[in-house]
Amino acid sequence: MSELNTSTTEKYHNNFLREVEENVEEGEWVKMCMQCGVCSGSCPLGAHWAHPPQELFMMIRAGKREAVLSSDSMWMCTSCYNCVVRCPRKLPITGIMHGLASYANKLGMAPKIQPTRDFSLQFWKNCTRTGRVNELRLTLGLYFNDGLMAGIKKGWAMRNIGLGLLKAGRLNPFELFKGHSCKDQQGIQAMLKKAAEIEARRKHSTH
Amino acid sequence: MAKKEYAFYPGCSSQLKASAANYLVSTSSMCKTLDIKLTPIPDWNCCGASISYAGGSELSRLVLNARNFALSETHLPGQDMVATCAACWLGARESKEKLDTNAQLRADANEALKEAGLQYQGKTPVRHMVEVLIEDFGYAELGKPVVKPLEGIKFAGYVGCQTNRPFGIAGESFENPLYLDKLVETVGGEAATQYEQKVTCCGGALAFSETEKSQKQIKDIVESAYDQKADMIVTPCPLCQANVEVYQSEINKKYGTKLAMPVTYYSQLMTVAYGGSTKEAGLDGHIIQPTKLQEIADKPAPAKK
Repeated sequence: MSELNTSTTEKYHNNFLREVEENVEEGEWVKMCMQCGVCSGSCPLGAHWAHPPQELFMMIRAGKREAVLSSDSMWMCTSCYNCVVRCPRKLPITGIMHGLASYANKLGMAPKIQPTRDFSLQFWKNCTRTGRVNELRLTLGLYFNDGLMAGIKKGWAMRNIGLGLLKAGRLNPFELFKGHSCKDQQGIQAMLKKAAEIEARRKHSTH
Repeated sequence: MAKKEYAFYPGCSSQLKASAANYLVSTSSMCKTLDIKLTPIPDWNCCGASISYAGGSELSRLVLNARNFALSETHLPGQDMVATCAACWLGARESKEKLDTNAQLRADANEALKEAGLQYQGKTPVRHMVEVLIEDFGYAELGKPVVKPLEGIKFAGYVGCQTNRPFGIAGESFENPLYLDKLVETVGGEAATQYEQKVTCCGGALAFSETEKSQKQIKDIVESAYDQKADMIVTPCPLCQANVEVYQSEINKKYGTKLAMPVTYYSQLMTVAYGGSTKEAGLDGHIIQPTKLQEIADKPAPAKK
């Protein structure tokens, strides 16, 4: 168990709902769920969630901390917002799912092998490196996530798509060396560093 | 002076040789005809999209978006910010709502922005290009420059998710938005009005991480277009375009299907109808060729009466 996880468990004892409200982005909305299940029935990947949103909300209230945070479920969210626009209580469900996933990752409780988690982490690293996404590196990074041979295999399997995009002028091989970027990279790094500092400060003052 | 001027937020996919490069090309052509001046926001950055939540904290994602607003307010004051990418628009607009309604978050964002010598003032709205077309011009106005009606082509209007939810286009429903069909008809095409997958999710960013599950979505989206006897799909979203076009060959390998449905942008339809060439409409940027549209683009425009 990570140190942060241990200290958080001690702080909230069995009150997982309060833990979610205080630590998860949009977490204060969880108690508003009335268990109608429209979200679960509206999800395009609904069949693949071990616990669809409605169930996760009830599990949070029931204190099923381990089961919720180690679940694969919220990582299945495609950010389609179908549940959000249909929810009769107007819960920002997409945001709550992202918040839960992010919190689980922070505590080290997210599943170890979770492709969407890997992609999410790589995307953030990629887009904040220069301020703009390097699509080629992002894709290759994902292929080579499971090692060199696996990457070569995946790259080979997808070669026709890559060549098609290249021919269509929608892929630039030189992005591997120098991609699109912002001019004021220094400013971007400084502002992101400051944002992290502010968040650490806030955390400290509320605890 | 141009009829309308906007601060343009193209986004990462709409750059030179990026995955939606042809969206940018066709948007530029379309705007030229409509006398719209798009000035790119100087040094704009990535919005973080919807997928960066595991890596980026709430404030850092907000700050990324606040930076674009601040740059727009500084360099292009008084102009509305316009995005062509659904995710950019959504990311920016969602951030703006938070910054404008939560004083603490706004103060925090500004404290961070100060490190880059910028300030978020909350004066600039962000809009999708489709909103600009419909609200600032209107269908009748958009129909005026049409010199080559897209006769004989049936389009399945695939609206997708993020241009439709949670904000959507004013006056449209989430379940059955009609604007894309209306745009198709405005440029003389036939709209597949019974296309049932028009707001289905293509998997979005999960097309990369949950390929099987997303490809099942894409298969439904394409097959429904075939069911409606559509010649091609048209969409306002660069990720929808890429996912739905690019993975058809993979789906064919896995399912033994023979899908080859072209996927185009509304801006390409408009460019061709306005008399633009294949190149000006970015029709040279496809893996599955939108042949019928290319044929119209290659025909000489009829002489003005």
